[in-house]
Amino acid sequence: MIDFFMTYFPNIWSSREDILLSTYETIYMVAVTSLFSVLFGILLGVTLVVVDKGGILENRPIYSVVEKIINLFRSIPFIILIAVVVPLTRLIVGTSIGMHAAIVPLVIGIVPFYARQIQNALIEVDPGIIEAAQSMGSGPIEIIFRVYLKEGLAGIIRASSVTIINLIGLTTMAGAIGSGGLGSLAINKGYNRFQTDVTLVATILILILVFVCQFIGDYFTKKTMR
Amino acid sequence: MISLSSINVTFESSSQTVTAVQDVDLQVDAGDVYGIVGYSGAGKSTLVRVINLLQRPTSGSVEVNGQDLLSLPPKELRAARKKIGMIFQHFNLMNSRTIFDNVDYPLKSSKLSKRERAQKVNDLLELVGLSEKRNAYPSQLSGGQKQRVAIARALANDPEILLCDEATSALDPKTTLSILKLLKKLNQDLGLTIVIITHEMQVVKEICNKVAVMEAGRIIEQGDIVSIFSSPQNALTRDFINTATHVEQTLEKLALHPSLVHLKDNDILCKISYVGDSTSEPVISALTARYRVTTNLIFANVEILQQTPIGNLIVVMSGAASDLEAALQYLQSIQVTVEMIDSRYLQNSKVGDPV
Repeated sequence: MIDFFMTYFPNIWSSREDILLSTYETIYMVAVTSLFSVLFGILLGVTLVVVDKGGILENRPIYSVVEKIINLFRSIPFIILIAVVVPLTRLIVGTSIGMHAAIVPLVIGIVPFYARQIQNALIEVDPGIIEAAQSMGSGPIEIIFRVYLKEGLAGIIRASSVTIINLIGLTTMAGAIGSGGLGSLAINKGYNRFQTDVTLVATILILILVFVCQFIGDYFTKKTMR
Repeated sequence: MISLSSINVTFESSSQTVTAVQDVDLQVDAGDVYGIVGYSGAGKSTLVRVINLLQRPTSGSVEVNGQDLLSLPPKELRAARKKIGMIFQHFNLMNSRTIFDNVDYPLKSSKLSKRERAQKVNDLLELVGLSEKRNAYPSQLSGGQKQRVAIARALANDPEILLCDEATSALDPKTTLSILKLLKKLNQDLGLTIVIITHEMQVVKEICNKVAVMEAGRIIEQGDIVSIFSSPQNALTRDFINTATHVEQTLEKLALHPSLVHLKDNDILCKISYVGDSTSEPVISALTARYRVTTNLIFANVEILQQTPIGNLIVVMSGAASDLEAALQYLQSIQVTVEMIDSRYLQNSKVGDPV
């Protein structure tokens, strides 16, 4: 067993601390970015739905501005986006290198995607229910919080788990600015130093993270579906 | 109670302007059960949404409970809407909330304490007969039950008016009757003023005391139900009524099977209709006894609307030409309407002709 391990995975034991640290870094980046994304993504997603044609606060100019900005940022490849936002990153974090600095491009990269997902989830809420709420004298704020976000909860959770899985993918690219994490481990150690076993283990760890997120997402989606 | 005047609603799209409601005046008094009938696309649903301003009219004035709704700022409009309940064809319950929470939803912004609210919700559920379903979710309920929950929810803020937008159109006939019965009860017990939008005259016949008929955005006929049913002025109104009283269907059947009628040379096929008092007079036997006219009854229907009977008969009268003449005059004298049904209409029909 140990022989097998030493033959096929010669570098794992010596890299164990790096692997643990990288896993922590990835989880940290995903978690912090998710927090910000939930805030901005839901804000933008809700905005898109309520100012859209026929929405409760219909406003075509706002809709078209927000939509264009979202489309613009979705069109920039992430690896380039990381470089483009460096000045902003410096302004906010103070440095453009490392795990904390990676949060800025990660949020900017994922929020447009998430906002679209949220929009799609909320559009699914039956317009008749919104109309019923209006007929009962509910105002826009009440409708957003007590109808859209509640009736659309299953969709929001599904959108969130898809987004987090996407986000895990993005964190691996953030390795390009020295963010650390499993992505940069796989490239810097595994690829550049020909330690194929490290790459393999990094892959497996990423897959486990993805499966766990998927499982949690599915569980709560099912639980909130009525 | 509700007063709409010169209401126009137009929808503009880039290519065309659609007029959904055109120059409508509508007056609904307290305690009325007011039916608005029309085919799909007549503008009924748009019109009913004007009453609580879910749809703002392009022009006209909307007065409800003595308030000019169009002049109210948003906050006061929302307060006014709490006093106008509304139910829908597809119920529009919130699927993620239990029945209890659905009825509780409109009470959140009221000044009641949590306990008073729970009490109120329970009372409402009892009123609509669904107390035991309080912890169920809408998906676990039948259509009729969902509409009952919707009614309870609409009544949560003690409205004086209930708007029903095709509220029974998605329900089977039996459930429709039970919902209408409940609405009637609410009208009588709580003095609730009800406006009902429907495409079924059957519904109007069941509970309304007044009715308006809509076509292409306009109200083409309105009035109290007995006079509309007994002497409809407009072709469309007659159409609706004949469908509701099954006269139409009978005529169609006769056209398919002319052999049912057996018309001889002098025979007259006609529709006889009467309102109220004439019923007490034994019309048919009088025809036989006094005028030697035999009457073959093919179809008969009596509706009791607001305690007034309205009868529709389809009969074949046979006898000597002079006797028939006298009989028709007699019928006219006792205010019974006789409409000749062109027998050629039946004989010329191609379908079902004897081979």
